[in-house]
Amino acid sequence: MTYWRRYLFEPLLNNNPITIQMLGICSALAVTTNLKTALTMCIAVIVVLTVSSGIISAIRHHIPSSIRLIIQITIIASMVIVIDQILQAWFFEISQVLSIFVSLIVTNCLVMGRTEGFAMHNDVVPSILDALGNAAGYSLILIFVASIREILGMGTLLGIPLLPLAEHGGWFEPMAFMQKAPSAFFIIGLLIWGIRSIKTEQVEPAKITLHNTPPVSATSREGGS
Amino acid sequence: MIDIIISAIFSDNLALSFFLGMCTFMAVSSRVETAAGLGVAIIVVQTITVPLNNLVFHTLLSENALQWAGIANQDLSFLKLIAFIGIIAAMVQILEVVLDRFSPALYSALGVFLPLITVNCAILGASLFMVERHYNFTESIAYGFGSGVGWALAVVLFAAIRERLNQQRIPDGLRGLGLAFIITGLISMGFSAFTLS
Repeated sequence: MTYWRRYLFEPLLNNNPITIQMLGICSALAVTTNLKTALTMCIAVIVVLTVSSGIISAIRHHIPSSIRLIIQITIIASMVIVIDQILQAWFFEISQVLSIFVSLIVTNCLVMGRTEGFAMHNDVVPSILDALGNAAGYSLILIFVASIREILGMGTLLGIPLLPLAEHGGWFEPMAFMQKAPSAFFIIGLLIWGIRSIKTEQVEPAKITLHNTPPVSATSREGGS
Repeated sequence: MIDIIISAIFSDNLALSFFLGMCTFMAVSSRVETAAGLGVAIIVVQTITVPLNNLVFHTLLSENALQWAGIANQDLSFLKLIAFIGIIAAMVQILEVVLDRFSPALYSALGVFLPLITVNCAILGASLFMVERHYNFTESIAYGFGSGVGWALAVVLFAAIRERLNQQRIPDGLRGLGLAFIITGLISMGFSAFTLS
């Protein structure tokens, strides 16, 4: 019974949807200004991905391959509409913050990528496990980025004050930059660098071999900066 | 009109401040020509679909929109997601056929990118933003065009930088995706300088 473990845990770090497969980056960054919205987004993605993977895997033998994308999109879109309506009915404030990004789960390449790439060719149980694993890998990155951005940007975590703010007599001055879009790019970029420094097998091969060009000398590097 | 276009291109850039279309953004940006081809395709599709979705939303889906058909007190706006996706997919297909018939040169240049666009969140995102910001028909034309140009500009700039980076010595772990994110962050910082407030 090790196969379920592979489906479930492989996408967490070794084959993470965001840092390796380059899937689902679109929505991942926009909702990470604080942990609460990121968690809501994670739950939405986990539910949508798991349920639609399960459904698509269950009916995969009945889907003609020429219209499979349309059927997949329709199933995913129906799930997303349900989630969106639930959020608007019971969690109105969060749904206002998430604005269009819950709807954009439909075109999230993570969902399409896993249903098309995995659920169309596998049984229901592996598909659900794979969906759970990938959604968890996605959530891991989102929670990491959102925690950093909320702590450094506002000094809080889930709205609970963590660092003493300067305006209340503490030492911490919130970094407004962390709440802006570019910081998310930097954090993910550095995170990927960190993961790949530890797991060197994930390093991308160089596109151009450099043996003909002279090595960059220290002086020219200093002159550039 | 003008400020909708300008803000859609610079301060509200879809790729750089809302992270939309990032997957395609990272995937096609290794060469400038490919990036430019996709950029043009995005501008064309965006300028057509956003006003079209606006029209459909206001005549069929929004609250009490069906009064012209004698149906009162209905609100179909929850269907906008499925409607928009259908319209985008259909538009892309029609555009493919029309281009193939009337401009084979343009078709061979853009043809590969058109199917990619159907599942690009920038296109759907622009239509959803159009609804959320209550644009009217003319404003939605301006917004569609502006957001398309903004996305194209970002992807071409990014591809040009990446092309040069391929010839540099880069730390192993940073090569590829990691550096791509950091470069996008830097471009995004540059674009955020256009924000007025």
